[in-house]
Amino acid sequence: MSEIPILSILIFIPVVGIFFMLLIRNNDDQSSQNLKHTALWITFLNFIISLSLLFSFDLNNPDFQFVEKYAWIESGISYHLGIDGVSILFVILTTMLVPICILASYESIKFSVKEYLISFLALETFMIGVFCSLDLVLFYLFFEGGLIPMFLIIGIWGGERRVYSTFKFFLYTLAGSVFMLLAIIYIFISTGTTDVEKLLVYNFTTNEQLILWIAFFTSFMVKIPMWPFHTWLPDAHVEAPTAGSVILAGVLLKMAGYGFIRFSIGFFPDASEFFAPFIFSLSVIAIIVTSLIALVQEDMKKLIAYSSVAHMGFVTLGIFTFTVQGIEGGIIQMISHGIVSAALFLCVGVVYDRLHTREIARYGGLVSKMPFYSFSFMIFILASLGLPGTSGFVGEFLVLLSIFTVNTYFAIFATTGVVLAATYSLWLYRRIIFGALIKDDLSEMFDLTRREIIIFVPLIILTIFIGLYPKPIINIIEPSTEKIVNQIKMKLD
Amino acid sequence: MQSLVYILPEIFLFIVATVLLVTGLFLKNIKFINLLAIFSLLVTVILILNQPFQSAFLNSFVVDEFSLVLKVMILIGSIASLIMFVSSKDDLNINIYEFPILIIFSTIGMMVMVSANDLLAMFIGLELQSLSLYVLAALNRNSLLSSEAGIKYFILGALSSGLLLFGISYIYGFSGNTNFNLIAVNINPESLGLIIGIVFVLAGLAFKVSAVPFHMWTPDVYQGAPTPITGFFALAPKIAAMGLLVRFLFNSFGEIYIDWQQIIFFISIASMMLAAFAAIAQTNLKRLMAYSSIGHIGYALIGVACFTDEGLRSLLIYLMIYLIMNIAVFAFLLSLKRNDGYFESISDLSGMHKNHPLRTMLIALIMFSLAGIPPLAGFFGKFYIFIAAIESEMLFLAIIGVIASVISAFYYLRIVKIMYFDEPKEEFDGSSIKSLNLLYYPSSILIIIFFIYPSPVINISEYAIQSII
Repeated sequence: MSEIPILSILIFIPVVGIFFMLLIRNNDDQSSQNLKHTALWITFLNFIISLSLLFSFDLNNPDFQFVEKYAWIESGISYHLGIDGVSILFVILTTMLVPICILASYESIKFSVKEYLISFLALETFMIGVFCSLDLVLFYLFFEGGLIPMFLIIGIWGGERRVYSTFKFFLYTLAGSVFMLLAIIYIFISTGTTDVEKLLVYNFTTNEQLILWIAFFTSFMVKIPMWPFHTWLPDAHVEAPTAGSVILAGVLLKMAGYGFIRFSIGFFPDASEFFAPFIFSLSVIAIIVTSLIALVQEDMKKLIAYSSVAHMGFVTLGIFTFTVQGIEGGIIQMISHGIVSAALFLCVGVVYDRLHTREIARYGGLVSKMPFYSFSFMIFILASLGLPGTSGFVGEFLVLLSIFTVNTYFAIFATTGVVLAATYSLWLYRRIIFGALIKDDLSEMFDLTRREIIIFVPLIILTIFIGLYPKPIINIIEPSTEKIVNQIKMKLD
Repeated sequence: MQSLVYILPEIFLFIVATVLLVTGLFLKNIKFINLLAIFSLLVTVILILNQPFQSAFLNSFVVDEFSLVLKVMILIGSIASLIMFVSSKDDLNINIYEFPILIIFSTIGMMVMVSANDLLAMFIGLELQSLSLYVLAALNRNSLLSSEAGIKYFILGALSSGLLLFGISYIYGFSGNTNFNLIAVNINPESLGLIIGIVFVLAGLAFKVSAVPFHMWTPDVYQGAPTPITGFFALAPKIAAMGLLVRFLFNSFGEIYIDWQQIIFFISIASMMLAAFAAIAQTNLKRLMAYSSIGHIGYALIGVACFTDEGLRSLLIYLMIYLIMNIAVFAFLLSLKRNDGYFESISDLSGMHKNHPLRTMLIALIMFSLAGIPPLAGFFGKFYIFIAAIESEMLFLAIIGVIASVISAFYYLRIVKIMYFDEPKEEFDGSSIKSLNLLYYPSSILIIIFFIYPSPVINISEYAIQSII
């Protein structure tokens, strides 16, 4: 392949952007406008570069591509990057969502614009790094480093209870992750390396696997999040600014799902098999319980946040079936959720910018004032509940298919989640969009601006494209997934 | 006579201090004296770097890789606090020319401490250091708090010196030697008296590094002493006492490490946990930093408790990162100035990112680094400590360590919260902190970019430990 270190470029372009932005000193409107444009162009450039990955990506090669490896801390811990079919789509999802987030913050961020954009660019660096790193220490660095900008984004530009939420978010995630750090250190000491490629073919003893699996699990469980450790997510979502919620739901949750696929089942297949029923139970509980909780929410963002937990339940169900379909379904579900939930939060942001409330009861009958908005919102609601023809369907279908082959009971319970999802999603839509427009302050509402249309169009196209023709996506994912499944089977035998 | 050559840096500094003391009587230009002091400390660094590795005075004073690295770190700390002094002496009302001279004396004491290979040399170094520090703590004669700090530090310090001396007498009595290496040769593992001696000496040394349960003086002294001196307390003496502790335990009692390991084990856990909880309730920044340093010493002690190469290496890495972070923090504290008054309360930081965006961003990153969040330098310090702990099968210490680090993240985050999330107050002065920028920017940038190229710090640590194990 090419000699250009394209992944490093992707990771460090935002850092270069930060340096540029530090040079812009003034504090007036003009310079803050310049800052926004700079950040937008930098992230857009990053998106274009990440698309070039797709063209030079070898579809038939299940191994890691675009590999870079340099000596870093000491022998065994190196700066090792590379992507395969599992991670490439997450990288592109990230680079796509960040410019959208910056575009979405053009009007809503009124103060400390420079810090805001710097936080976002730093966050992008960390997120891309997570999906590209092939070394556990490097992974941990990026995984945890993302907490710093996110802490600031929620804490500075968030809503009323932002301090409580951001502390909860930070401390929950940190407390979960430190045990993963100990596990990584243990792996380093007992194997002499933290290189993912080497560890994927290393056989841990069963006892080691069980303990290490739990350590990794605590970290990912909090991050993805699984019931009963999901409570930080609704708080963080509700208080975060729109773009913060988008990136949180769109990318940050996926880091944990990616971690499950790459590390938990890759390194510790015996333990994963042992704990699979436990995961299934938690996932099914999450799907049903959080869907029911979502039904009674008064706050739009909270409702979508709880639905995220339910959707992530499908992801973990799929991953721990150890079947090609299940893992593929989990990945597609994550990609789709990354697009759809991000879009739903953007939809909430649109009306929030106009009316400054997220209370569902304050809305109603928006369809007569905002037809385009109602249309886009409908697409995303339908995708979120998994209507065939939208991206949400493909992932959920594959996951349910795979879980049926493993265990029928879990499958039946999981399927009720689909019905519940339809209930809360459609009811939310009805209460906001339909009905008569009787509330006084709604008469001032106006439809999507050009900027907002630019945000929504690519998301709508992607949602429908993946729903109707998922083949290209599956082609990318399949070889690597097959390799992972084969490796697990080999280790289990 | 030959031996005198090996203590050339110490002799040089002593001459400089004496000359400055006399010059200071006639020359009223404190700034000039201070500059001379900084310059001579720099010269000492060069002297140390060019010193041959030898042991002097019948092996009671050794110059080796370990002492070299620690001495350079101590000198960096001293230079940093002299720079802090020059930038704040007028406003803090400590326009006293003895300051740089006392710092030099105490530095000599610390240099003797890290080179000491004999109970007596150890005691002499320790006392020279401590006596200078007692005076320094009370330097601001007009401030009640400062005098209180000085008296408190003196009384408790004298008590701890007493304990130390008592322990030394036991060790001498039961081993018949004062030289670390000879003690190691003649050690009788069964001897209870020796263990009692170790316990007393450790109590005295724990006081000097301010480890729980001998930490009580730390918050009061940190708060009472003028800030440049607090900075000095946090930087150099901790490093020196840690070096002394390592040499004392490793050189003379390596054979019976089981006995002292559990003591270190306990004070390490106690320091980490107590600091994590006690710091949450603080309202004064300097008190908070006192508890923060207690916690950090707790982590560093994990490295001692391991009694392995890896542990010692991680200890040195940790101390180096700790030094850089504390230089940044105290330079920051000194820049919190408005109309010639200094601010030490945490609530005074409120909303300062509006008026000082760059400074606030850097200090926020320092706070994250102190909390041990990657990719900042503080994380790597803890990372190596945990590697050492897990490698020597002290999983329990590592688990307590990570739990304490999550709890302590809370109070560091609280500072970030107050700086960024709360409503802004008046602006701080931007002027007169030029010399502080000299400390503040390089050290914070070092912390941020540490992860790109960490090998120098690791190599230096590996270089330093080769003479101990």
